[in-house]
Amino acid sequence: MEIPYTYKPRPDTGLYNAKVGIWLFLASEIMLFGALFSSYILLRVTSPEGEWPLVERAWPHGLLNIPIGTFNTAVLITSSVTVVLAWAALKMNQFGKFRAYMLVTLFCAFGFLGIKSFEYNEKFTHYELRLKDGKVFTGHIEVNGKHAGFWDFGSIYNLDRLGKEQVKEISFTADAPKPKPGEKHADGAAHEHKAMTVKVGDIDKLDAFILRNHTFFAIYFVVTALHGLHVLGGALVLGYFAFPGASMWRKNPEQFTNRIEVAGLFWHFVDLVWIFLFPVVYLL
Amino acid sequence: MSTATSTQHGTGHAHEAHEHHHDHHEPGFWQKYIFSTDHKMIGIQYGLTALLFLFFGFMLMMCMRFQLANPGKPIPVFGGLLEALLGEAAKGGIMSADLYNSFGAMHGTIMVFLAIVPLAFGAFGNYVTPLQIGAPDMAFPRLNMASYHVFFWGGVLMLASFFVPGGAAKSGWTSYSPLATVAEFSRPFNGQTLWLIGMVLLITSSLLGAVNFITTIIQLRARGMTWMRLPFFVWAQFVTGFLLLLAFPPLEAAGILQLADNLFHTSFFLPTGLVVSGQQLPVSGGGSPLLWQHLFWFLGHPEVYVLILPAMGVVSEIIANNTRKPLWGYKSMVYAAMSIGFLSFIVWAHHMYLTGMGTKVATFFQTTTMMISIPSVIILTALFISLWGGSIRFNTPMLFAVSFLPMFGIGGLTGLPLGFNASDIYLHDSYYVIGHFHYVVAPGTIFALFAGIYFWYPKMTGRYMNEALGKIHFWGSLLGMNLIFAPMFIQGLKGMSRRMSDGGSTYFGADDIALKLNTSITHAAALLAVFQLPFIINVFMSLWNGRKVEGDNPWSATTLDWATPTPPPHGNFATEPVVYRGPYEYSAPNAKNGFISQDQKP
Repeated sequence: MEIPYTYKPRPDTGLYNAKVGIWLFLASEIMLFGALFSSYILLRVTSPEGEWPLVERAWPHGLLNIPIGTFNTAVLITSSVTVVLAWAALKMNQFGKFRAYMLVTLFCAFGFLGIKSFEYNEKFTHYELRLKDGKVFTGHIEVNGKHAGFWDFGSIYNLDRLGKEQVKEISFTADAPKPKPGEKHADGAAHEHKAMTVKVGDIDKLDAFILRNHTFFAIYFVVTALHGLHVLGGALVLGYFAFPGASMWRKNPEQFTNRIEVAGLFWHFVDLVWIFLFPVVYLL
Repeated sequence: MSTATSTQHGTGHAHEAHEHHHDHHEPGFWQKYIFSTDHKMIGIQYGLTALLFLFFGFMLMMCMRFQLANPGKPIPVFGGLLEALLGEAAKGGIMSADLYNSFGAMHGTIMVFLAIVPLAFGAFGNYVTPLQIGAPDMAFPRLNMASYHVFFWGGVLMLASFFVPGGAAKSGWTSYSPLATVAEFSRPFNGQTLWLIGMVLLITSSLLGAVNFITTIIQLRARGMTWMRLPFFVWAQFVTGFLLLLAFPPLEAAGILQLADNLFHTSFFLPTGLVVSGQQLPVSGGGSPLLWQHLFWFLGHPEVYVLILPAMGVVSEIIANNTRKPLWGYKSMVYAAMSIGFLSFIVWAHHMYLTGMGTKVATFFQTTTMMISIPSVIILTALFISLWGGSIRFNTPMLFAVSFLPMFGIGGLTGLPLGFNASDIYLHDSYYVIGHFHYVVAPGTIFALFAGIYFWYPKMTGRYMNEALGKIHFWGSLLGMNLIFAPMFIQGLKGMSRRMSDGGSTYFGADDIALKLNTSITHAAALLAVFQLPFIINVFMSLWNGRKVEGDNPWSATTLDWATPTPPPHGNFATEPVVYRGPYEYSAPNAKNGFISQDQKP
C-alpha cells in the first residue's frame, strides 16, 4: 500500500498531509515564540522604574534603530507578498513568473538578514560607560587608536580585557544627548560630543550593547537571532524549491505547487513573528 | 478471522516482494535497520534504545540507592568501574556528593526523556498506531526517521556529558536556575550545557514525532475508521501528540535562554545581586529564577500526562482483549482523555507552591489540579468496571495491565495531598513526592509498557514470550516495586528531604525508622533488579525458541493491528482495510468466535 493523500486532499478533511503537518508545526512554533514573548514581558515588568542608562537595570527605550527596523519590516512583508504571487503563478501554470517571484522573495530574505547584521554590528560597537564618580555615558570607544569593531569579535572591551591588555586609558566619544520631546536638536549640540580621554582607573563598568550587558539586550539578541535562523532556514528551503527542487514541477506539478504552498505558510509565519517582534522590541 | 488474515498474509508475499530474501531489492543492512523509514522498524529502534536507557537509568539508581543505605562506603561491583571512568568524583569507588547529584539529575532526565517517553510514544506509538488505524505507514516516513536519529544523538550527548570536566548536570532533572548556571559558573562548557543541548535535540525529535503522529491519525485512517471507532490506544496517542507538540516548545525556549545564561553569561534567570560563595556573581542581573520554573513546569506537568496517557492506552487494549468484553464507557474515556489534555496545560504551578507566587495564584492552580483528577478517575473507573463480569484471561500482559490499575491508583491518590497548597508545604521536596510520582511512573507506566511488550511481541516477531518467565518477572517486579516505593511515603511523612546524598544520616537520629527504611528500600531495589533478569532473558530467548503464533491474531483481538500479516511487511496491509464497526466488539451475540474484528463485513 502507498501512503495516501501525499498531495491529493483527503475528502473528509479537505487537506493533504503536508498541510496538516505544517499547521501543527506552526502551532508548535507559536508556543516557542509565545514562551519567548512571555519571558520578555516578565523580564520587562520586573525591571526597575527609570531611564536607562541612568538607572542601571531599567528597561531601555529607543535604543534600536527605528527607521531601519521599519524598512526591514517592509522588506519582509514584500517577500511575504511575492511568495504568494509565486504560488499563484504556479497555480496559473506560469513557471517563469514563479521563478521571478521566488527570486524577489529570496532577495528580500537575504536583504533582511544583511540589514539585521548591520544592526547587530551597530550594537556590538556601541558602549555603555560608567565612571566611578557616578557619571554614565553611552557612545563609542577607541583603544590604542583602534575602533573596537564587530568583525574582530574578540575586540569587545570590558574592564577585564582592558586590565589584561594593560590599557591605561581609552578614548570615548559620547552619544549626543537625546532631544527632549518638543525640543529641537540644536545644531551646535552636535559639536559637543567630541572624543574624551578616560583613565581606565576611573571606570566602574564598560561593556558593549551585548547579551551579557543587560537583560534587554539578552532577550533582544536571543529572540531576533532565533527569528533570523528561521528566516535563513525558510530562505534555504525556498531557494531549494526555486532551483534544484523545481525539477519536480515537470513530474508532479500538483505536488510541487503544494510544496510551495506549505513553504509559503512557514514563510508567512516567520513574517508574522517579525510583525509582533518589531513593535515589541523597537517601538514599545 | 485468523484464516482470513492468513490468506491476506499469502497475498502479502506477492505484493510486498521486497521484504523477501530471494528478491533483488532487499534493502541493505544500513537501510533496513539504521536508516529505515518503515514505522515498524523505527518503532523497534525506539523501543530497543529506550530499553537500554531504561536499564542505564536503573543502574544509576542502584548506585544511588547503595549510597543512601551505606553513605561513604565504596559501591560494590561497580565502584571500580565508576572510579576508572569518572576518576576523582568516584575516588575509591565511593560516590561523592557531586556525583550523587549528577546521578540523581541524570536518572530523572534519562528515565523521563530517554526511556519512558520514547518507549511509550516513540516505540508503541510508532509500531502500533498506523496498524490500528489501518494505515500503510506514518504520514511522513522520512520525518519519522529523522525523529529517531535526532533522539539518538540527544541521548548520546546526555551520556557524553558524564565525561566532561565537572561531570554531568547535577542540578536535578528540573535544572532550576540559578543553581544550574552557578554550579559550574567559571566553566561555561559543562555538563549542564550538554544537558541543555541534548534537551533541545530531544525536544526537536519529539516535535517531529508529534507532528507526524497527529497528521497520521487525522489523515491516514482507513476507510470507515471514524473518530469514535478508533481504539482507545490511538486516542491516547493522539492527545499525547498534542501535549508534546504544544508543551515542549516553552521548555525549548527556556533551554535556549538557560544556554545563553551558561555560555554568554546573560541573566535571564539570575536575579540582581546574586552572591555565590561570598562573592557577587559578575553578571548584569535583572532576571527571574521564577521564570525558569514557570517555563519548565509548563512542559513538566503535561509531560506527566505524556507519561501516563499512552500507558492507559496500552492497558485499555489489553484489558478489553483479555476480559473479552467491550471497554466500559469508551466514549467517556475518550472525552476524559481530551479533558486531561486540555487541563494539563493549566495546572503546572502546583509544582511551585513554595516559590511565593502568591496565594491567589496558588488557589487557582489548586483548583485546576483537583479538576484534572476527575478525568483521570473516570478513565481508571471505566477500566475497573470493564473487568466486572468478564471471564478474564490472566496471561502475562493481562497481569501487568491489571496491576497497573491499583498501582496508578495509589500514585494518583497520593498526589492529592501534594495538589493541596496547605499539605504540600509540608510534603514538598520530601521522599513522599518521590514515592508519589514513582508509583505513577514505575509500577504504573512501566508496568503498562511491560504489558505492551508481552502483548505485541507476537505481532513483532511471530513468537510468544515465555509465560513462566513472564509470570516470575511480574510477581517479582510487583513485590519489588511496592517494597521500594511504599516506604518512601513514610520517610517523606517523617520529613526526609529528597535531595540528601547521605540518605539523611546527618539529619535523622541513627535509630529512626526512616533511616532504617533506607536499607530495606535498597534491598528491595536489588530484588527488583534480580527480577528483571527473567525479562531480559525472555526478550532475547523468545526470538529463537519462543512458541510460534498459530495465526496472525494470536490473542483473538478485534483491532486492525491484528489483521496484518505477522510480522507486518513494509506497507502493512496486503489489501486496503475497510472498517465497519467499533474497536471492541468482544462477546458479540452473533459472532462465530465470540468477537468481531473491526474490518469484518456486517
